[in-house]
Amino acid sequence: MAEAHPVGFQWVMEAKARGATIIHVDPRFTRTSAVADLHVPFRAGADIAFLGGLINYVLSEGKDFREYVTTFTNAAEIVGEDFVDTEDMAGIFSGYNAETGRYDPISWQLEGVDYEAPAAGMRDHWEPELRDETNQSEQGRQREHHAAIGSDTAGGAGDAAHATGSPRRDETLQHPRCVYQVLKRHYARYTPEAVSQVCGMGVDEFLAVARAITENSTRDRTTAWVYSVGWTHHSVGAQYIRGAAILQTLLGNMGRPGGGILALRGHASIQGSTDIPTLYDLLPGYIPMPNAHLHEDLRSFLDADAAKTGFWGNMDTYLVSLLKAWWGDAATAENDFAFDYLPRLTGDHGTYGIVRDQIDRKTYGYFVVGENPAVGHANGKMQRLGLANLDWLVVRDMQMIETATFWKDGPEIETGELRTEDIGTEVFFLPCANHTEKAGTFTNTQRLLQWRREAVHPPADARSELHFYFHLGKRIREKLAGSTDDRDRPILDLTWDYPTFGVHEEPDPEAVLAEINGYDADGNHLASYTELKADGSTTAGCWIYTGVYKDGVNQADRRKPGTEQDWVAAEWGWAWPANRRTLYNRASADADGKPWSERKAYVWWDAEQGTWTGHDIPDVEATKPPTYVPEDGATRQDALSGTDAFIMQTDGKAWLYAPAGLADGPMPTHYEPVESPVANLLHEQQDNPALERIDRAWNRINPSQSEVYPYAFLTYRLTEHHTAGGMSRFLGYLSELQPEFFCEVSPALAAERHLEHLGWATLISARTAIEARVLVTERMKPLRIGDRVVHQIGLPYHWGSNGLSTGDPANDLLGVVMDPNVHIQESKVATCDIQPGRRPRGPALLEFVESYRRKAGVEPGGIT
Amino acid sequence: MAPAVFNTVVAGYLGQAGSIPVRLRHKHCHTSPGPDAVPEGENHHVARRACMGVRTWLGEWPIFRQATGPDPLGRGAAVQSPRTQALGPRTADADEVVKSICPYCAVGCGQNVYVRDGRVTQIEGDPDSPVSRGRLCPKGSASTSLVTSPSRVTTVKYRRPHGTEWEDLDLDTALDMIADRVIDARRRGWQDTDDEGRVLRRTLGFSSLGGATLDNEENYLIKKLFMALGAIQVENQARI
Ligand code: SF4
Repeated sequence: MAEAHPVGFQWVMEAKARGATIIHVDPRFTRTSAVADLHVPFRAGADIAFLGGLINYVLSEGKDFREYVTTFTNAAEIVGEDFVDTEDMAGIFSGYNAETGRYDPISWQLEGVDYEAPAAGMRDHWEPELRDETNQSEQGRQREHHAAIGSDTAGGAGDAAHATGSPRRDETLQHPRCVYQVLKRHYARYTPEAVSQVCGMGVDEFLAVARAITENSTRDRTTAWVYSVGWTHHSVGAQYIRGAAILQTLLGNMGRPGGGILALRGHASIQGSTDIPTLYDLLPGYIPMPNAHLHEDLRSFLDADAAKTGFWGNMDTYLVSLLKAWWGDAATAENDFAFDYLPRLTGDHGTYGIVRDQIDRKTYGYFVVGENPAVGHANGKMQRLGLANLDWLVVRDMQMIETATFWKDGPEIETGELRTEDIGTEVFFLPCANHTEKAGTFTNTQRLLQWRREAVHPPADARSELHFYFHLGKRIREKLAGSTDDRDRPILDLTWDYPTFGVHEEPDPEAVLAEINGYDADGNHLASYTELKADGSTTAGCWIYTGVYKDGVNQADRRKPGTEQDWVAAEWGWAWPANRRTLYNRASADADGKPWSERKAYVWWDAEQGTWTGHDIPDVEATKPPTYVPEDGATRQDALSGTDAFIMQTDGKAWLYAPAGLADGPMPTHYEPVESPVANLLHEQQDNPALERIDRAWNRINPSQSEVYPYAFLTYRLTEHHTAGGMSRFLGYLSELQPEFFCEVSPALAAERHLEHLGWATLISARTAIEARVLVTERMKPLRIGDRVVHQIGLPYHWGSNGLSTGDPANDLLGVVMDPNVHIQESKVATCDIQPGRRPRGPALLEFVESYRRKAGVEPGGIT
Repeated sequence: MAPAVFNTVVAGYLGQAGSIPVRLRHKHCHTSPGPDAVPEGENHHVARRACMGVRTWLGEWPIFRQATGPDPLGRGAAVQSPRTQALGPRTADADEVVKSICPYCAVGCGQNVYVRDGRVTQIEGDPDSPVSRGRLCPKGSASTSLVTSPSRVTTVKYRRPHGTEWEDLDLDTALDMIADRVIDARRRGWQDTDDEGRVLRRTLGFSSLGGATLDNEENYLIKKLFMALGAIQVENQARI
């Protein structure tokens, strides 16, 4: 954190100055480790073993925050009899289909609940079975089940959309099948000794962490976990986060000040681009994109994907308001508010699938906007082959990045795999405005929207994206005007009239923000998403952002100095939702609505006034008393009781055990990375049985535990560079501060492979070989895993061939295997060999890499 | 070392704000403002030189001032030349200071953008921000060089199919060509239904990548436009 989010780290240091203990768990010793109370080195990819070990410690020592657990979680609920844990199935849960490589989660359900909704992207898998079953006699429940698990939720709206009935509970937590006991058994084998073996950390070190976090998680104290893509870039990435969620919930650290699980996101508005998603599977505000299957109309979509209880029960109001924002008067009650204008999904259309389709020439055009996939994404060769097989490519950037120039100086030109003259891609490089040349909001890592004002005008042809897409849309609409083709109705009926200003007709970003916020029937700016209606009388471009333009005031531009506010600083910018700074903060008070302690008071129930109050906006209906009990058949938020703090969940509970919502199991389980130097010491199953692969010549995978690729490597960022380097390698100061690509190796590995400090090394995987300067450092520690020593190599991934500071891209070394929930690649750990000296040049490089593949028994590589 | 970075590094180690609040710095600035600082008016300089006598001349000699003045170590006033005395921070001459946010990572540090004659002259941390309290890291501190980079490309470049060099292209022509290509790719990649008759109403003809460095308003227009075109393949860094 000190390296990649330096200014955020000042708050960690503030906490330390006030007595907090800082523990840094990271394979590398970094600037964070240097100021931490304890640095725990460990093996990349072993995080679930570590987190599972902590969960086991909490449960076996009875250190959970019992009152919190019984009040706010599903610990007491009984898991159905059909569920079989990994303990009894060689590391695999019940419901696994070895042929398809996927799970049917029906056996994971809770007792007394009919069925619950599924993970993202699984609908395709179930669709054929659904159709088959329509011909069978016993359709009823089965059919509904598949409809349910085939829905399109992405971890948001539809999780448990279909839960009907109340699960059986055992408040004593003694029932052998209650969640608490199931969890306890699942993690029983994650003992301190096992953790030590798998992770390569000392038993003492592990116990020091376990004691520190449990002693610091009480009524009076809270513990926070901070992570970044070191947790998400794995073939079990979503389960890493689940592991932390279980631990933090058991310890009572969610929804409380100083607690939580804090994702440090890496780009100025990566949070915003998830909220208003430039992502294929989501609509704004985490509404799932409709699938082709069962979503013929709005009603069937809501039936399949919207929860009936909790705040997702209002998805009809969010969605209809979105459709009204987009299609205005053309969206009517009669035509389902133009619901069928939305295109439909049929499975995974994530970025790696798109690139595969580019290589296969199934898709023809590509806009790349402020991103540099040619060097910034895993398996650079795959990315560049995609670019080379396009009809046309539009790159919008400030600098001449590698993605724009792949056709003349990409690595494949040097090897002779591609020839410039043979590449048919038409490339448009369009210069973009920078952050001082346009106004707009970024959403930072804590969900805070902050408005930037425009300081100067962009030079020459440089334009904002707002300008480009607005005018592109206008141009397309002009060209299609008068079309009678049905498929052109959505684009012609689109609301696309933003006021513009200046000689370049720049659209007014405040007008766009106001549309995102939404209006009522009279054209007034809405103040809250609770005002949204499903009858078409309101609009909102992104329901979670409703309120950012409350009273016609740009709330994101509020700039009351921090020194003039309390520590919550609620009058700086605007946080979604409802300017709430800590989510689920109802849990900061006990069942009766009283703060867990004076020291940790955050929001509480004021019985006299009959309202919730406190330092933050309470994350519960303001006048719902802690004693509230829902009536039978209540829906939406009314179905949640006064102690149901997790209001987006259908049952209002934090899930220690997830009966639905994940594609790879109801509880996190340690699986080795696909490319691992060691065997899985905890379970028979080596890697995630449900992970996703792309089996192609340009994406060969190193065999696990291969002597040809014996070392683990991990990629990371430096303080002085930014992602793929487009905003840093072209700048003098930053290039001076970190002038060259390097690899970090331990003195032991340097001795083993004859690597010289500051000399050159070549790193080889089944994809390619790259070269880097050698940094021999004690910061990398060899680890003992089982009966062998594992060496890890650190690779900052910022480089490419263009700019002031150049070098080979670390991402070229990586292959693509993906987590089945979110289709994110495993790029934080893989294997390679390392040899002294520079890599071969030209066609010799191909032969060199092929010779490694042959030795390792890997199929030949290639570009098709 | 670049002054902005230097300030951050030094102040960071001193446990102070990475960027000293600008008003203070203007009044008490004794540090070198760096090679590209804007010097104060020449006239002022010349007038001073004209009224110099011998004593003044001697008094301008650094070693004399060091030996006789209050700066025996020669680390402050004693070693300043008229030129260095005349130098002021870029920030002092700004026409306006515009509130902004750092474009790099998601901490979201506040920035003050100093503008003179319609150009950005300096970017500093915004002390008002409760997120960053005036600090910027090396990247944020390098923002001035990001927005004034000499290698920045500001005109449209075009590479025709199989071409070996960039060509220039008029922006409006480029926009028009891109609109044609979108319409064409959309048509070629269009799917009304799949082979089992399920309604798809979409195109796989083209796709988009990017968003994490863009504004919410911009992502909103991209998503809205692509959905209306039936183009489902919209992705960004969040999945990378
Ligand atoms: S100054 Fe540094 S820490 Fe702050 S937002 Fe910019 S990159 Fe992140």
